[in-house]
Amino acid sequence: MKMRMIIGCVLVWTTTATAPVTAAEHVYLHPDEFITRSFADEVPPAQALWVTVELREELKREFGWQPGMRIRYWQQDHRTAWILDEIGKDKPITAGVVIAGGKIESMAVLVFRESRGWEIKLPQFTAQFARAQLTETRELNQHIDGITGATLSVRAMKRMARVALRLHDQIPAGTASQAD
Amino acid sequence: MRKLISTGSLLLLLISQQAWSSDRSIEALWDLVERQQAQIDSLTDELESTRTALSTTQSELDSTRSAARITEEQLDVTATFVDSALAEMSDQRLSIGGYGEMHYNDLNARDSQYNKEEIDFHRFVTYMNYEFTDRIRLFTELEVEHALVKDTADGSNGGEVEVEQAYVEFDVAENYYARTGLFLLPIGILNETHEPTTFYGVERNDVENIIIPTTWWEGGVGFGGRYDNGLSFDLAVTSGLDMPTTGSNAYRVRSGRQKVSEALANDLAYTGRVKYTGVPGLELSAAVQYQTNPTQGNGGDLLDEGLLVSTHGIFNRGPFSLRALWAQWDFDGEGIQAADVEKQTGWYVEPSVRLRLLNFDWGFYTRYEDVEGGRDQDQFDQWELGFNFYPTENVVLKFDYRDRSHDMNSEQGRDFDGFDLGMGYQF
Repeated sequence: MKMRMIIGCVLVWTTTATAPVTAAEHVYLHPDEFITRSFADEVPPAQALWVTVELREELKREFGWQPGMRIRYWQQDHRTAWILDEIGKDKPITAGVVIAGGKIESMAVLVFRESRGWEIKLPQFTAQFARAQLTETRELNQHIDGITGATLSVRAMKRMARVALRLHDQIPAGTASQAD
Repeated sequence: MRKLISTGSLLLLLISQQAWSSDRSIEALWDLVERQQAQIDSLTDELESTRTALSTTQSELDSTRSAARITEEQLDVTATFVDSALAEMSDQRLSIGGYGEMHYNDLNARDSQYNKEEIDFHRFVTYMNYEFTDRIRLFTELEVEHALVKDTADGSNGGEVEVEQAYVEFDVAENYYARTGLFLLPIGILNETHEPTTFYGVERNDVENIIIPTTWWEGGVGFGGRYDNGLSFDLAVTSGLDMPTTGSNAYRVRSGRQKVSEALANDLAYTGRVKYTGVPGLELSAAVQYQTNPTQGNGGDLLDEGLLVSTHGIFNRGPFSLRALWAQWDFDGEGIQAADVEKQTGWYVEPSVRLRLLNFDWGFYTRYEDVEGGRDQDQFDQWELGFNFYPTENVVLKFDYRDRSHDMNSEQGRDFDGFDLGMGYQF
């Protein structure tokens, strides 16, 4: 019985471990596809927000987020879309955030590279971010229910949502409104 | 005649004056033309100079524009390089992390010999993970328990150095993994996720200590999958328990862990778990483990086989949270039945609320546990309440008060109440 089980395990193991895999990382939605879906009529050209020293320090201090030199975004009237990266536990999570008038319109996990916490990609989770705004203390004005065992991934998502709302403010036509 | 001569002379004079006057006008006009010509020449020269200067300026402007374009391109390349370098830094194949926790216990028992006043750096853990390829990765966890390990002749020492995880995981398809090595069993709430910032109480709950012997790892192979509706499953074939059947720890599950240290592998264990996390804030899970012989054949007929069933639910809504877990072993064997511990059961329920006060996060909780373990002293119920204070996300300071009552009269000297203090971190 035990020998059969061990042989079976070895066979299953060998088969599965050597099976071809198409996805190197878990790309749930390609960033280009996210932008295309976010701007149904016409996709505006990508723009770059150069991060000033003041903005960099603010993002680090207030949000614990380390930006690069530029942040790419797309803008159409009062709507902006952002593709951001943030570390969950070990690996960066890539998320897309669309903001209209200072409120999150939609948020999605685009690429997930962590070993745990995959549940944050579920629409049931990301839908909680819709209509969220920044409060005076730079927190989200809505409670986001977490996922057990995915605490750090959930935190990364909340951080990216807050950062996107702050960056939207930085764009002249962003016209953000602040939550009470 | 004289009159005629005079008139002629006057005429001549007039004509000559006229002629002289005309000569003067032409000369003046000529001068004017010459001056204007000079001005035109001068203006032409100036225009030429201006044209030359303009041309030079245009040329310089073109050069400046060209230089600006080159600078812009260089800046773009530099920014792209820096951003790529930053991205690479955050996506390195080697990642290091860890957690730790120190506990202070001040417990007053009914029989003072069981009092406990102790401070202990209970766990110091480092993770080191490495991605061999995008689909094959290594997870390791090394732990020092109780801060000190001494090499003594009789084996008595302060703590332990333990390899708690060391396995290689393969992505075998988009939503499926396979793993082999030494890994944590997918049972209960804390066994896989037990960083001190993730649970309430200085000490871990007793159900997931006595019934589910957290932290519980075995060596073997595993396979699992996850689906977009929030369902996931895990299967594992691993080394099994080697529980004692005699002595003070007879039929104690926790004492049966071999920790994959030259472990007997006569009889394997089979584990399966189904988990649902399809609704935000909700987790429902059920796990089953079958031990073909939890003494690895050393117990004869005293202990033949064992089946563990565990289920738990977690529900978060707003600041409120509720955790509940139930687990039960059902053993078969003459000895364990004679000892009347063939069923070992435990459950707990833990409501909590997490608030932001004074600009910091605080979590307040209470927990009730009922444990029916293999040893007499492992049969009790316990109330607990306390709080976690988070100075920052990954650091926690803890306080709790506990009141434990044992079931058996012989063990009531161990009844205690008291408080615990703790600190913990993870990174």
